[in-house]
Amino acid sequence: MLIACPYCGPRDLSEFTYQGDANRTRPNPMSNDQSAWNAYVYERVNTAGDHREFWQHSGGCRAHLVVIRSTLTHEIKSVAFARETAK
Amino acid sequence: MADIVSPLEPVYRRGAHGDRDGGSAVTLCETRPGSIVQLAAWPGREDAMRAAIRDATGFSLAQAPGTGHAEENRSAFGFAPGRWLVVDQIEGIGETLREKIGTDLGTVCDLSHGRTAISIEGEKAERVLSKLFALDFAIDAFPVGQAKSTAHHDVFTLLQRTGADRFELYVYRSFARSFWHLICASAEEFGYTVE
Repeated sequence: MLIACPYCGPRDLSEFTYQGDANRTRPNPMSNDQSAWNAYVYERVNTAGDHREFWQHSGGCRAHLVVIRSTLTHEIKSVAFARETAK
Repeated sequence: MADIVSPLEPVYRRGAHGDRDGGSAVTLCETRPGSIVQLAAWPGREDAMRAAIRDATGFSLAQAPGTGHAEENRSAFGFAPGRWLVVDQIEGIGETLREKIGTDLGTVCDLSHGRTAISIEGEKAERVLSKLFALDFAIDAFPVGQAKSTAHHDVFTLLQRTGADRFELYVYRSFARSFWHLICASAEEFGYTVE
């Protein structure tokens, strides 16, 4: 699998580190809403299809990325810098 | 001036090694730059940082990823978003850059003691590096001056092409001896000279 880093270009999967589901939103750290924290920590959409996820180009430019990847085919639909697109 | 102590010293054997049938197809050398300085711009200050690099070094770096320039004894290149490396055989370049680059622009981090610089030159340089890194080393894909950040297993490596058949490699000092063994073993089948 190749991921096209916006800085480095297409690179092998082994240079990247998966950093989890990018669909969830972290509650305000001051929040004591237990259900919001439970959802943030435990609940996942478990998508069959296009999935929004965080990756880091840890063996390259070290940028954090937001990748849209099909969980059915591993096709990478888009890659962008997380700093520009993260919620 | 402090003496530079190399992590490669116990294993650095000058001379010709490996398969001697066709002579040496690559030359390896630890280049021991006096200054290796990493610059990082705060978000939005990238253009100002490139202007400061031009003022300090004379190298005018384009915005494109990995753009770099190299001369006989010094070079500069981008290796990540908002990050550049400036290398010079002369010591003290970190201080010069610190005078030009204020804290409003970004950071100046002198890594001279923390990186080991290795050059590989020769007709098989591309071939040897292809054994280690999953990169396209063809000159069209990796032109002279260009730099790339990559890793061989966990050994993070910065590469800059400084000639048609010459590359400079920067690895963490603590990994350098292991990496040196690896690159020597990789060059064995072609024959290599350590300068």
